Amino acid sequence: MNSREITTQISKAADFLNLKKWDYGASFSNDYSVQVDKGEAKQLKASQKQILTIRVWNQSNLVGITTTSDISESGIKKALKQANIASDFGNKNETTEFSPLAKDPIKVKDFKKRNPVGIKKLLTLLRGAEVKLIESHESIKSVPYNGLSESFFERVYANSEGAFRSYSKSQAALYLYARAEEKNKKPRSSGSVKLGYGADDIDIESCIKEASNKTISHLNYSTIKTDKYLICFSPEAFLTIINAFSSMFNARSIIDGVSLSNKNSIGEKLSTEALNIYDDGLHEKNISSTPFDGEGTPTKRLCLINKGRIENFIHSESTARIFKTTPTGHAGLGSKVSVSPDWIVVEKSEENFDLKTSLDHSTYEGEFVYIEELNAIHAGVRASQGSFSLPFDGWLYKNGKKISIESATVAGDIKYLLKNIVNIESSQEVTTSGISPHIWVDELSITGDA
Amino acid sequence: MLSSQIKSNEIVFGSCNKDLLEEIIFYGIGLGADFVEIFLENTDNSSVLAEEDFITNVSPSFGRGAGIRIFKGEKDGFVSTNNLTKQGLMRSVSQAIEMLDITDNKREVFNGLNEHRDYSLSKKKWINEVPSINEISEKLLVSTKSLKKDNKIITRKGSYSRNLQEVIIASSDGTYVSDIRLHQTVGLNVIASDAQYRSSGSRRFGSSGMPNEFRLWDHEKAANDVFESSMNMLYADYVDAGQMPVVLANKFGGVIFHEACGHLLETTQIERGTTPFENKLNEKIAHESVTAIDEGISEGSFGSLSVDDEGMEPEKSVLIKDGILKKFISDRAGELRTGHKRTGSGRRQNYSFAAASRMRNTYIAKGEHSKEDLINSISDGLYCKSMGGGSVGATGQFNFAVEEGYLIKNGKLTSPVKGATLIGEAKEVMPKISMCGNDLELAPGFCGSISGSVNVTVGQPHIKVDSITVGGR
Repeated sequence: MNSREITTQISKAADFLNLKKWDYGASFSNDYSVQVDKGEAKQLKASQKQILTIRVWNQSNLVGITTTSDISESGIKKALKQANIASDFGNKNETTEFSPLAKDPIKVKDFKKRNPVGIKKLLTLLRGAEVKLIESHESIKSVPYNGLSESFFERVYANSEGAFRSYSKSQAALYLYARAEEKNKKPRSSGSVKLGYGADDIDIESCIKEASNKTISHLNYSTIKTDKYLICFSPEAFLTIINAFSSMFNARSIIDGVSLSNKNSIGEKLSTEALNIYDDGLHEKNISSTPFDGEGTPTKRLCLINKGRIENFIHSESTARIFKTTPTGHAGLGSKVSVSPDWIVVEKSEENFDLKTSLDHSTYEGEFVYIEELNAIHAGVRASQGSFSLPFDGWLYKNGKKISIESATVAGDIKYLLKNIVNIESSQEVTTSGISPHIWVDELSITGDA
Repeated sequence: MLSSQIKSNEIVFGSCNKDLLEEIIFYGIGLGADFVEIFLENTDNSSVLAEEDFITNVSPSFGRGAGIRIFKGEKDGFVSTNNLTKQGLMRSVSQAIEMLDITDNKREVFNGLNEHRDYSLSKKKWINEVPSINEISEKLLVSTKSLKKDNKIITRKGSYSRNLQEVIIASSDGTYVSDIRLHQTVGLNVIASDAQYRSSGSRRFGSSGMPNEFRLWDHEKAANDVFESSMNMLYADYVDAGQMPVVLANKFGGVIFHEACGHLLETTQIERGTTPFENKLNEKIAHESVTAIDEGISEGSFGSLSVDDEGMEPEKSVLIKDGILKKFISDRAGELRTGHKRTGSGRRQNYSFAAASRMRNTYIAKGEHSKEDLINSISDGLYCKSMGGGSVGATGQFNFAVEEGYLIKNGKLTSPVKGATLIGEAKEVMPKISMCGNDLELAPGFCGSISGSVNVTVGQPHIKVDSITVGGR
């Protein structure tokens, strides 16, 4: 069945079951991926997936939900029945409705949907990348984590009031994580990830070069003394930490009491005035952009921090109603609807006079720690408390030299971090999760071995 | 009971599809595959969330799918699909054959499937024996209510999930098995707050194959544990970072072995060349006080299996005996590519993942010491009472978070501390586990890796690590 046929099927089944109000979201995808090991194909994968999530409102206007991979006629009927039963347990204290924006026009990015290049070509491309990466330096002995994949999918939202949205797209991803080893030294590992609309769009050479340079640069490593340091976060690392604490901007988290913000936090000064943060799911560099969220609300650019102050929260339909505002296009689909950011864009505001602009990671000759990548976010972040303690890959810059840090954690508090930003570099970099310049923070704790 | 309505109540596959399964396997072998494996799955899941004094989410889900794996030499091709018709399964086999570029004329022999081994026979009524949504809701609400012991508790949550999975595994070596797996978990979470201070507390409980387990769950004790943990940590100072001896509590403290060593003993790590233990069989890799086991047979434990996802009964694997490495955790591909015999450890989250070598119930065996012996032996260190999650990287470096910690001063527990992360490398930390307590206990958890998220048990008695890096402020 195609998405129109599924909608018709659901409508008929709902009529049969006397269910007046319903909506659904669906995802249909075909994925292909390859891994290699020293030139040999290791595992080749293909998958066809279909996921359907149906919501039903009962006569008391309480919502129930069911998710299924069975989109047969009987599967759809069963899902409707189960959702209807689950609606008896709907939250009486916080109702969910259709998004008022579910029929608004959406902006679909102008990109060409790619055709599959096929497993054989994926394999050829990845084999070539692995060989080049291993040959790029004598210490790189293997590429233990690697993969090239392409996905083709369609997302759908429709409801019983006639809203219907659908879009399809293609996406490809390459990751290369090399392992380098030198005699009498510990192995080191680093890598790179690149995305594209199709396998042919991926800049494989830059992925190889980045993975190689990163890995090689960590060969000369040393322990670091436990102390407080001037820190420079790479764009990727800063985006990681902002995403980890995005509950500060999340209206759902605020209502649930697990956010550092509260309903009155709009206007609160959170950081230096030099900082602006946007969520911009439709950004032209966002390969994974989606034109509407789980409730059918159009995706849009939204300012989260303006000149250091909280400007907006991200909302679903129900949180927007509670906050007396409009949905922002960040919802999932559920009876208790989750909310999450799409694509964070960090930039320097016009109020940037107090920044220490001499702090440039490519020229600064004083001592600082460069944090390239933060690890184990799921274990080391306490978003509801604001604290973090995270292992990282990075370097100690000292006396004009840089030495890879062997094993260390960076710890602190997100509000302290944001208020102690001392420089935001001018040049922004595009990553797989957003856009950010290098960000400098004073006096964060680093725990090392020494 | 309402649960009898929110469930599929359909044993979809049964044993009636033998002819079809054989036909598909013959098809794959006939096209030149060395080995063909079919994994069929039917799921019936449900989850309930209680927040404060209300049920805020009930989410049933159900589905079915197939994962088909073809081996040619050491290569494997894996195709997953929701289309379980004969045509859909045949197409998946063809796709896997095409992916592997199989063109030679060499044919393996397939003698048909063995007699059906049905591990699900005694389990078919489980779905009717699990508690209803009403019953679950009532108990969760009682639990969240009993968390309200102090005005400083600002959020209270209770969650329950039930996963019922029916599988059929058939492969060209004759394997033909069916099983039903039931996992239930329940968790309690609180956040405590007082002016600028905040803390959280959480506990998760889980069982496999025990429909009645939720009814036996001591929710009052669980609520007390969570409450006390959050209140103890509310005014805790941040731990001072540095190298120090630590005592890790039993139960979930076992995550240190899971992350620091267990993953590195999976054959997938040998295949990748990312384990420092690759050539260390029968060599000393840990302190002689350490004996470590991985098994899938402890009754009711969260990582237990009647049969693994490749159709093999799980064995009890002594991984480390008195500090000597004795065995790796192996699956079919691991045996093929590394030579280490399968241990019944081929596991996957669901049909959309190919099985890989994964831990089941993994624990350090009990020793001779009391918990007090361990703490008394430390003049200045850290007691880790409750652990958070962790991970291990490509070079064997691991880390995990301490949710509830206390300083040890002159052999006694003193003030609570927060913000601690333990980091280190497996090769270096294993020889430093110098004392094991006599109070082994297991705890349920979820492990994410190459074949998805699987249910596992971690466990240990109290253990002492002579020195480890503690990240803090």
